[in-house]
Amino acid sequence: MIRAVVALLLALLAIPVMAQDSMPPAPYAYNQLDDPRLEAEATTLMHTLRCLKCQSQSIADSDAPMAGDMRHQVRSRILAGESPDQIRGWLIARYGDYVSYEPEVSATTWPLFAAPVLLLLIVAGVLLRRLGKRRSDAGDTV
Amino acid sequence: MIPEIGLAALWLAAALAVLQMVSGAFALKAAEGAVNPLAIYARPAAVVQAFLAVLAFLMLLWSFAITDLSIKLVASNSHSMKPLLYKLTGTWGNHEGSMLLWVGVLALSGGLLAGFEKRLPERTMGATLAVQGFVALGFYAFLLLSSNPFERLPVPAAEGTGLNPLLQDIGLAIHPPTLYAGYVGLSVAFSLAMGALLTNQVNPSFARVLRPWVLGAWVLLTFGITAGSYWAYYELGWGGWWFWDPVENASLMPWLAATALMHSVSVLAARDALRTWTIMLGVLAFSMSMLGTFLVRSGVLTSVHAFAVDPERGAFILGLLGLYIGGAFTIFALRAGAVAEGKRFAIASREGALVFNNVMLSAILAIVLLGTLYPLLTEVFDVRVSVGPPYFNPAGAIFAIPMLLVMAVGPLLRWKSDKPARLQFELALIASLVIGVIALVSFFGQFPLLPLLGLGLAAALAVAAFLPLRGRNLARVPVATWGMVLAHFGIAVSLFGMACEGAFSQERLAAVAPGGTEQIGDFAVTLESVTPVAGPNWTAIEARLAVSRDGGEPVILNPQARNFWSPPQSTSESALLTRWDGQLYAVIGNQAEDGRWQIRVWWKPFVTFIWYGGLLIALGGILAIAGRVKVDVKRRAAVTKGAERRADVEALDVASPVPAE
Repeated sequence: MIRAVVALLLALLAIPVMAQDSMPPAPYAYNQLDDPRLEAEATTLMHTLRCLKCQSQSIADSDAPMAGDMRHQVRSRILAGESPDQIRGWLIARYGDYVSYEPEVSATTWPLFAAPVLLLLIVAGVLLRRLGKRRSDAGDTV
Repeated sequence: MIPEIGLAALWLAAALAVLQMVSGAFALKAAEGAVNPLAIYARPAAVVQAFLAVLAFLMLLWSFAITDLSIKLVASNSHSMKPLLYKLTGTWGNHEGSMLLWVGVLALSGGLLAGFEKRLPERTMGATLAVQGFVALGFYAFLLLSSNPFERLPVPAAEGTGLNPLLQDIGLAIHPPTLYAGYVGLSVAFSLAMGALLTNQVNPSFARVLRPWVLGAWVLLTFGITAGSYWAYYELGWGGWWFWDPVENASLMPWLAATALMHSVSVLAARDALRTWTIMLGVLAFSMSMLGTFLVRSGVLTSVHAFAVDPERGAFILGLLGLYIGGAFTIFALRAGAVAEGKRFAIASREGALVFNNVMLSAILAIVLLGTLYPLLTEVFDVRVSVGPPYFNPAGAIFAIPMLLVMAVGPLLRWKSDKPARLQFELALIASLVIGVIALVSFFGQFPLLPLLGLGLAAALAVAAFLPLRGRNLARVPVATWGMVLAHFGIAVSLFGMACEGAFSQERLAAVAPGGTEQIGDFAVTLESVTPVAGPNWTAIEARLAVSRDGGEPVILNPQARNFWSPPQSTSESALLTRWDGQLYAVIGNQAEDGRWQIRVWWKPFVTFIWYGGLLIALGGILAIAGRVKVDVKRRAAVTKGAERRADVEALDVASPVPAE
């Protein structure tokens, strides 16, 4: 009895796993939207979303089945009239910040945005010190 | 027997690295002009060590060539059915083999330095070789203690596991060796910088010794990155050529530092300015090489947690990294004050422009470094974020755009001090080209901001690159100046390719039945047939695509979807149609249930210019080396001739007083 239940459970568990490999890809995984403007919007968005099953690839650059499903999601949602930002938000809510290559300013990512500003200040400082001082020195000696 | 010879050679080389280090250090104890009796072993030790390390590498190469399955590394990374070329390149298509290549190149460059460099004072040379030996010793230890490439299996394997099919490509023969040679060539720059700092010899003659090494390493890095980008572009099947992937960034960071170093060395050689700055960049460039090696080789990129579970290798490299970078910057901090200030210059001078651009390059380096390491840092605290093109592109552009503008003007300025008013015409020309091109392109359509700026800058830079030749007798322009012109023009060409790819690429994804036609840009693509084909270690389906432009004569393209059986993995082999104004990129995908085939086609206008530009930049570097060598040989010949004449005159003087009677 217990064996039968376990076997049944295993079979149930196995179905989605097998389904993922053998199911044909979703319609919009490898097909474009007819409207070029919407397709361009979708492509731009897809290039900034991470394929979670790959190493360092966007969903627009991957043959992985999961990337195909995500492309389908993006295209059909764009077609349904959602904005790219809404779709990104929905994906982040579902998969976490990791899915988006476009980090947003938050408690965990602020250093990424503070750094360029800080760098600009440092660069200005270094240049003023190196180049500015030279001029006054040259003025002194001349 | 072969692998044992390799292993023994490695141990001996490690022992010689110790001798080189100790003997080199004794050179520092010698009095000015004298030679310490213990210091004479450093040069021969470096030369013999180079032979041994190269021998060890050749032994591994041989083991891969004959597929010696009693060696663990061969069994787990090769396969007897692989074509010979991929057996050979597979030698460095894995962790241990690539580290052995790294160490082999390190020892070889140390040996070349010790064997051929006679211009440096003995004390500086001793200190340099000591540092080089110290660096080499760490990496020998890493190989021998945690990544022995020659480890035998208790029972030889019946068959090998095979090599990742993505790596079974001519790209593996070119990209890693050139990149590694570039990485490791910077080790000599590092050792020379340390040697000069320790013996207080930071001066123009030191810069002239340093320059060919920096230029050589920079050329190899440029070429390696260009080759790697093109390889990823055609091999991965989606037409991407740069994704700010950590592995790509690992190769870009040393290049950025080496670019800054190369310019800084030129200023030091020509003008005796930027002394400490050159030393700092020398340390930074090799630090970035080692960081890149750590990122790629420690497994930290796959997952920080995987790294934490099996930290042996990663922790070893991290330790070496801390030791060398930390040690170098400590010595720098202690000794930099002793380096006398170099010659002074005004803001509006060629040195001023070079300093500005060096600072900009360093800032871009900082952005790339932060964007690459930040996700690893947060992952330690279980917060996963991704940093990709939407971050790197704008953040890098903040510093790249001013840098490119100054690059256009810099070579026109005079050394030491100049009046910007003298360059009114050139400045107006550059500004009008940037604005004119951007206005013209915007008139024809809406394009993203960065590619648009790129197009404007590319046009201006292409013209500005040749302005330094204006009004000069072209036959008398030094070879090195041609090198600079060509390299700067290459930047413009590459930028143009990137901007065009970003702004004008067209994509067509469709399910097509045999006989069906799809239109992309000016091209009509007809799927004529799909047939199965077989190779030495794969089977594939191959599409026959007839591509005709504007109704012209069709050209046949044959993209394949390959299935390798050892290891079992599938790859897309794209088919490329190259025209002067761009590339058509075609890929065959899966078959849909209704029998139609998925095809992906891109038309990428001027995309090839990205890599043509890269090649031009590398060629510019080669010309610069050739020019410097030519001048150097001339100078040496003149010195020898002068010495001979003086000897003749002396001989005559001695002869003349002989009495006639």
